Amino acid sequence: MNLTDKKVTLHDMSLRDGMHAKRHQISLEQMIAVATGLDEAGIPLIEVTHGDGLGGASLNYGFPAHSDAEYLDAVIPKMKKAKVSALLLPGIGTVDHLKMARDCGVHTIRVATHCTEADVSQQHIGMAAKMQMDTVGFLMMAHMVSAEKILEQARLMESYGANCIYCTDSAGYMLPDEVREKISLLRAELNPQTEVGFHGHHNMGMAIANSLTAIEAGASRIDGSVAGLGAGAGNTPLEVLVAVLDRMGASHGVNLYKIMDVAEDIVVPLMDQPIRVDRDALTLGYAGVYSSFLLFAQRAEKKYGISARDILVELGRRGTVGGQEDMIEDLALTMAKDKGLIK
Amino acid sequence: MSNKLKAVIIGPGNIGTDLLMKMLRSDWVEPVWMVGIDPESEGLKRAVEMGVKVSSAGIDGMLEQVIADDIRIAFDATSAYAHAENSRKLNELGVIMIDLTPAAIGPFCIPPVNLKAHAERLEMNVNMVTCGGQATIPIVAAVSRVQPVDYGEIVATVSSRSVGPGTRQNIDEFTRTTAGAVEKVGGAKNGKAIIVINPAEPPLLMRDTIHCLTADTPDQQAITESVHAMVRDVQKYVPGYKLVNGPVFDGNKVSVFMEVEGLGDFLPRYAGNLDIMTAAGLRTAEMFAEEASNGTITLPARG
Repeated sequence: MNLTDKKVTLHDMSLRDGMHAKRHQISLEQMIAVATGLDEAGIPLIEVTHGDGLGGASLNYGFPAHSDAEYLDAVIPKMKKAKVSALLLPGIGTVDHLKMARDCGVHTIRVATHCTEADVSQQHIGMAAKMQMDTVGFLMMAHMVSAEKILEQARLMESYGANCIYCTDSAGYMLPDEVREKISLLRAELNPQTEVGFHGHHNMGMAIANSLTAIEAGASRIDGSVAGLGAGAGNTPLEVLVAVLDRMGASHGVNLYKIMDVAEDIVVPLMDQPIRVDRDALTLGYAGVYSSFLLFAQRAEKKYGISARDILVELGRRGTVGGQEDMIEDLALTMAKDKGLIK
Repeated sequence: MSNKLKAVIIGPGNIGTDLLMKMLRSDWVEPVWMVGIDPESEGLKRAVEMGVKVSSAGIDGMLEQVIADDIRIAFDATSAYAHAENSRKLNELGVIMIDLTPAAIGPFCIPPVNLKAHAERLEMNVNMVTCGGQATIPIVAAVSRVQPVDYGEIVATVSSRSVGPGTRQNIDEFTRTTAGAVEKVGGAKNGKAIIVINPAEPPLLMRDTIHCLTADTPDQQAITESVHAMVRDVQKYVPGYKLVNGPVFDGNKVSVFMEVEGLGDFLPRYAGNLDIMTAAGLRTAEMFAEEASNGTITLPARG
């Protein structure tokens, strides 16, 4: 594989996807410490919000330690060079949240939908583009449909005003061939000025390999998170990706030792549990299940005595999509009833 | 002589057609007109086959017939954009408007919670909130009638096939309107609504989760009884409204998990989200008809 002189924008997820792994309890001080460390290391774009995006604060997904506005107001003024992005899932957040984020100084809005439902993003992508923000369409659970379907949905988002389209492996299910097929098709068929991005999860241990494949196939934005702090087995660990990209001669603008130190000295100490491919995270990848279901399934296991793995496999069989966290307790209750554990 | 109130349905799409099929079985409401704006629409052709008068000139095509045909009830299944004018024109002629759009000019109506009050007050325009609201707000109200609810949150998961372009283009309207009604009708101090669209095949039944945070320790027995009673009330007009799990209590959190299967009149059975809207709309009209028949309210006088 030759990535020499390929230019890549690395986008950190530890303060957004990482919120899942921290049950949305990252403190303002921790956010500032991580973000300023990343800024210092040369990471150009840092995502900050509730794990489920703007407006995600809820009983369903978890109430965060602080509101989106409080996090954004704490982090953005401290940034010397890095820009801050915010995620928004239509159906959870609204254009009101989007305007709030813009007023806080957010540079990039990423509007995320399930990979077949892009047409719910028209008003949000349209509004962000109209406000001249860097506007990204983020197609989640992209493993569930064909490359052609992803392209069709990407074109919708492009037509609403997105200047970058992501193929998002929310379940950490994809293997490199699939990444290559999907990213290549997007790169070949979208407008040349539209950027293509890839967001990986490490549930099958493929996040680095998939990210490299995506770059080779034409992606110019790659998501990862420092120390892998993210849902499931985490996102593509950024310090590892930086080291690999250095060796391959790709251009990314991040200082390896500095990002290593942020990972080791700041992020790892704040983890509640090791972010690794344990059997439940592996099940997410193997069964193609949304990564943020992990801790919910593990909590249901503790509460109802049904194995998290069994719950996750059944969620995969039923074709659940991102956002259906409420299904986990419901399903665990039904499974526990069927087993006679509760009445 | 029949006590049935005569009705016009505006909008011959999925909702309008399903409503028409349900109304043909009603003891209290008789569909007389269906109007649309496209003469070629399948919905208008179906309406002709079902024996109702049609116009493809919108409500303007039948306004002159309102008095002659004694039209008393209108159902608007078009869009929030078109609704205000439709409502104004028909209200002027003394027609009660049942709004199935997100316009929400009139008060929200969730039949087992506040329909009787609207009917007794002869509200001339009532709004049916959203599908997610119809499926969940009865449960929020079932908790809040037992004890104060600080926060109510609902999650509606619907099949991709059952979500039309109108909802998709303005999904924020769903979350805002539903959250507002969780407060105003459900009785929660603060409300939040989430909608998830799932494309699985075969399509999944509508499912809904309702979480409430009670101000004080929940009275488990009273809340459980209240929820079961409320489910029975909704089942009177939506037989496929089913309590799957709960109420589950965790501290002050009360969680209820529901499933809604439609009757499969025009829309498939999985589209419980659309069915519960049409059933609630028709139930509302029937209540006005019952109240008029037993003399509790007097319909606007006509010469």
